[in-house]
Amino acid sequence: MTDITTEKARIGAPSAQPFINGFTEEGESLSPINVAESKAPLAGEAVKSHSHGGGVGIPDSSRAGRLTSYKLADFKPLTGMEEDWRFTPLKRLRGLHTAVLNGTAPAVSVIAPDSVKVETVGRDDQRIGSAAIPEDRVSANAWENFSEATVITVPAEVQAEGEINVVLTGQGTDASAQHLVIVAQKFSKSVVVLDHQGSAVVSENVEIVVEDGAELSVISLQEWNDDAVHASSQQAKIGRDAKFKHIVVSLGGDLVRVTPSARFTAPGGEVELLGLYFADAGQHLEQRLFVDHAVANCKSNVLYKGALQGRNAHAVWVGDVLIRKEAEGTDSYEANRNLLLTDGARADSVPNLEIETGLIKGAGHASATGRLDDEHLFYLMARGIPEDVARRLVVRGFLHEIIQHIKVPAIEERLTASVERELAATNN
Amino acid sequence: MSTLEIKDLHVSIETEQGTKEILKGVSLTIRTGETHAIMGPNGSGKSTLASTIAGHPRYNVTSGTITLDGEDVLAMSVDERARAGVFLAMQYPVEVPGVTMTNFLRTAKTAIDGEAPKLRTWTKDVKDAMQQLRIDADFAQRNVNEGFSGGEKKRVEILQLELFKPRFAVLDETDSGLDVDALKVVSEGVNRAHSTGNMGTLLITHYTRILRYIKPDFVHVFVDGQVVEEGGPELADRLEEEGYDRYAKGAGAAAIAPAQA
Repeated sequence: MTDITTEKARIGAPSAQPFINGFTEEGESLSPINVAESKAPLAGEAVKSHSHGGGVGIPDSSRAGRLTSYKLADFKPLTGMEEDWRFTPLKRLRGLHTAVLNGTAPAVSVIAPDSVKVETVGRDDQRIGSAAIPEDRVSANAWENFSEATVITVPAEVQAEGEINVVLTGQGTDASAQHLVIVAQKFSKSVVVLDHQGSAVVSENVEIVVEDGAELSVISLQEWNDDAVHASSQQAKIGRDAKFKHIVVSLGGDLVRVTPSARFTAPGGEVELLGLYFADAGQHLEQRLFVDHAVANCKSNVLYKGALQGRNAHAVWVGDVLIRKEAEGTDSYEANRNLLLTDGARADSVPNLEIETGLIKGAGHASATGRLDDEHLFYLMARGIPEDVARRLVVRGFLHEIIQHIKVPAIEERLTASVERELAATNN
Repeated sequence: MSTLEIKDLHVSIETEQGTKEILKGVSLTIRTGETHAIMGPNGSGKSTLASTIAGHPRYNVTSGTITLDGEDVLAMSVDERARAGVFLAMQYPVEVPGVTMTNFLRTAKTAIDGEAPKLRTWTKDVKDAMQQLRIDADFAQRNVNEGFSGGEKKRVEILQLELFKPRFAVLDETDSGLDVDALKVVSEGVNRAHSTGNMGTLLITHYTRILRYIKPDFVHVFVDGQVVEEGGPELADRLEEEGYDRYAKGAGAAAIAPAQA
């Protein structure tokens, strides 16, 4: 691997630097800031009044300055020049950003233990909007257009036996909107699998509430057919002493863009955001995540690993971690690793770390993109292992680090098999 | 009995300053059952010889041959050489993240033997070999060389030597960086493998220390990419006393007749 950068914030390090007005750190020109009163994106009345960016005085290069709104009209039409869309081929969104999303949404079927409550509700259900607010136009488009939502509730203190399997099967390629709400009530413990399959063009909002003391794992699998287009905003609100593990696995689909976020709302929370992707020729797999350390003494760990092969295989990883002034005692780390298996593949990796207080335990980020290490291959081949087997061994090992976190044997086996299939294709 | 024959080997590498010749005509013949020590000062080309035998892509053979029972080793890929029975214990074993020792050892053994080892005996063989080399049992579940100390990495190299049972073992400074206890353990491992009588050993070392535990039949002194002196074990003793100084360029080179292959 090459180009490894690792930084560890020093205690007492200065807070975020102001950049040239209207430009990001990287010198890109941005549209003028949206000014509003609220500080945290889900805070208070500002949310209900619908349109707002970050607080007064927050530079628009900060993640805190991002516009959030339930209304599609608040978001300008996309040009592809926006910071959060600059890597996405808009033409391949197949209308998710422009069309009225009235196609048939992927069918939802849930297999869950009896202790878990599964409901289908209308737009007026009060749990809608409890954890999420759209941060981009495609997400807002889904919010404006979904007709019903699936709400999964793990009641307080319930330890769900076995995982909650949510299979979302695409119903065709008319642009559609999907909405899910997952509520892990106080002191509950559960694992939810979102299993995306079939053909679909869908913008999806997943709201995740992890109440105080709850422990929740959400595993989002994208094993779509080759023609699928999927944008998924998965926003989690983390309560006091709650533990949240989120795993994104993107393997199938023409364009998949997952934007997970975790917002700490009370001290003592812990999140782990993990991801695995394997991009083949022509595939665009994008992940943009956001960890909002808005309160003190929370911990976050992010690790995304991807393999890419074939012409125009494209993976994008953008990791925003924001440690606000209030978030003293924060411990956070984020890393992204990419393996380029062939020529013609491209990985963009952008870790963004904003630190507004020096009183933290640690904050680090790392990103490395490289080819298979020749010395690894030489070592294995010098033990008699043929090159193709050696390559597979290394890639499998590289990705297995994420798979082994899933802890659902059936899913682990399935994904191991999926990775093997992807690897077999390399040698063709 | 097998023979590994190196004839008039010239090897160069590409550097920023251009092509650099490192081996300038090396000839050696090793038969199974024999132990050859190659000694020499830093930069004399000892490790280049080891890596070239194993087929590391960095080294270009510009002329000369390496054959194993008449078969052209230089025409073989790295993995083919290993399957033909050549083993290189590396000076700096590489960490391979995500690949467990267990998985690695089994995959390599399967490749070398052409069939998967019988699970029951294999597990026991691995366990016993690890015990003899005083490698903790939990290493089996760890990733290849990841987080191992220098001494642990060397022991794991010898573990592979014992399990893969090569016809020729090239030990590239396996003794460097080892404390006395580890040196003994590692040497015992090499001697065990050697005692089968089916292995030839090329022991590359900077120091004479390891030769107290592994007795060479032949000693070759390498200076500036060439063998400048050859002899029996007594040559090692002399080197222990006198060091490499007398081979220093200009000083003694003329006095020493170039070794005949």
